[in-house]
Amino acid sequence: MSSAAMHELAMRHRLQWWEALPWAAGLAAFFLFPNYLAFGTQVLVTILFALSLDLVLGYAGIVTLGHAAFFGAGAYAVGMLAAHAGWNEPLSGLVAAALVAGLLGLVSGWILLRTHGLTLLMLTLCTMALLEQAANMFSGWTGGFDGMPGLSFTPILGLFEFDVLYFRTQYLYALAALLLGFAVVRVLVYSPFGRSLTGIRENLLRMHAVGAPVRARQVLVYAISAALAGVAGAVFVQATGYVNLAVLGLERAAGVLIILILGGYGRLYGAFVGALVYMLLEHTLSKAYPTAWQLGLGLTLMLVALFARNGIFGLGDALRRRWSAR
Amino acid sequence: MSAALLETRGLCKSFGALEVARRIDFRLQAGARHALIGPNGAGKTTFVNLLTGVLAPSAGRVLLDGEDVTRLAQARRVKRGIARTFQINQLFRGLTVLENVCIAVAERMRAGGGMLRPAGQRAEVVAEAARLIALLQLDADAGRRVGELPYGRQRLVEIAIALGLQPRVLLLDEPAAGIPSAESHILLEAIGALPADIAVLIIEHDMDLVFRFAERITVMVGGAIFAEGRPAEIAANREVRAVYLGGALDG
Repeated sequence: MSSAAMHELAMRHRLQWWEALPWAAGLAAFFLFPNYLAFGTQVLVTILFALSLDLVLGYAGIVTLGHAAFFGAGAYAVGMLAAHAGWNEPLSGLVAAALVAGLLGLVSGWILLRTHGLTLLMLTLCTMALLEQAANMFSGWTGGFDGMPGLSFTPILGLFEFDVLYFRTQYLYALAALLLGFAVVRVLVYSPFGRSLTGIRENLLRMHAVGAPVRARQVLVYAISAALAGVAGAVFVQATGYVNLAVLGLERAAGVLIILILGGYGRLYGAFVGALVYMLLEHTLSKAYPTAWQLGLGLTLMLVALFARNGIFGLGDALRRRWSAR
Repeated sequence: MSAALLETRGLCKSFGALEVARRIDFRLQAGARHALIGPNGAGKTTFVNLLTGVLAPSAGRVLLDGEDVTRLAQARRVKRGIARTFQINQLFRGLTVLENVCIAVAERMRAGGGMLRPAGQRAEVVAEAARLIALLQLDADAGRRVGELPYGRQRLVEIAIALGLQPRVLLLDEPAAGIPSAESHILLEAIGALPADIAVLIIEHDMDLVFRFAERITVMVGGAIFAEGRPAEIAANREVRAVYLGGALDG
């Protein structure tokens, strides 16, 4: 009978006990590693950014190399509002960043998502390069090459102050933003909308043939993902107090792609594991081998690409299958 | 003649110098059980692609219930009631059979864009999908990934998806190809259980199935309609025998 399958489908979105682990670990890290909270904040921001990419790449199958454009849009939005408009309130800043990045995603998605494959890859890259160049040129607004250092933001809810030396507030703020962003993504991927994205990824021809408005769905998820990336960028700027061209460069875009592939895409938690592993590697290797650390990172990535095609999570799956096959 | 549910007028399609559809005038009545036969390369699948909007015609029109749908995108035509199956399975291989059918049913119920309630909790969608899965005797495989199923079972999922769209016009492109003969009765029963007012057009090479199913047969050769008539007329038509049927009806 199909009742077992129906039951499985109806229960699939339920929270599992282990889904509390990342949040417990995130809180534990706050108390255990008080000297590493700045690094921890960077990790949390990167997870949120990678999660937004997972929504378009892992679930909807839209291959993009320019996702940092939206991270950067959110980052520059709060940065410019704070520097030029005196808009220093952090929470409304996040909303503004989400709107700016989301709108950019909507417009660029509407134009770019007529294409796919390599063409799309190139066009997303070009869009990001255009933004980067614009941020460089309009230096009166953006600070140009030097960016905008020394931005300050008012305490969150008027209570929790951002301390530039101790990242206690920043860390918890980033954790809260991540939790919120994660909740949005998780609800989306289990919804019929999310399933239809998976359908688009799995078989475009069939998705058209069941009457789904394919391109509208793609543009919509692209905009939602862009808004989330924008929030990640905004948190980054509010936490560190500066913004510069690095927020929307190719390095950041490629980095987040590598993180998602490293962790495993299309599975929500790949972003968590990928970001943590990648940034820990980067952190420890650059300390141990200040001149040659990228070599170690490169080798690790090559090993993953060769032996763990579906990332760290995929490797876990393979081991579990082998174990249960015994 | 009564008004046709689906009609083409002077439908043409060419790829460069290659004409794959030549001035096709075709009528499908409501409730029709119609077969489209012809040798390989006759343009049968191209014709289905023109009807469904996968291809745009070079000239001519497609009318559904008297309305011109020639310029409508594929998804729009589906919403108006034209559904199809593919000659080669087009399924969501990584998803379960139940999910495959649910996606189609959700789109038909206009619930496919819902963002809040989990897909598995949409009882009306899941129940409808389960009913179709039972109709095609796929219950035992409902929870399995489509990619893991034998090809013949996957063919039945194709049918279930098309039925999930509750079409007015159902276009079946070689539905029996790849289904083991022991299971082809499931297909016939499923088609037999369709509401009487649905128009069904079936492309098929299995003449046994064609003559059991069809009340009317159109023969296509070289992108054009060669002959059309009741099964007995087609079977008796010497020219049809010469170009296509050959010995198939002698046995």
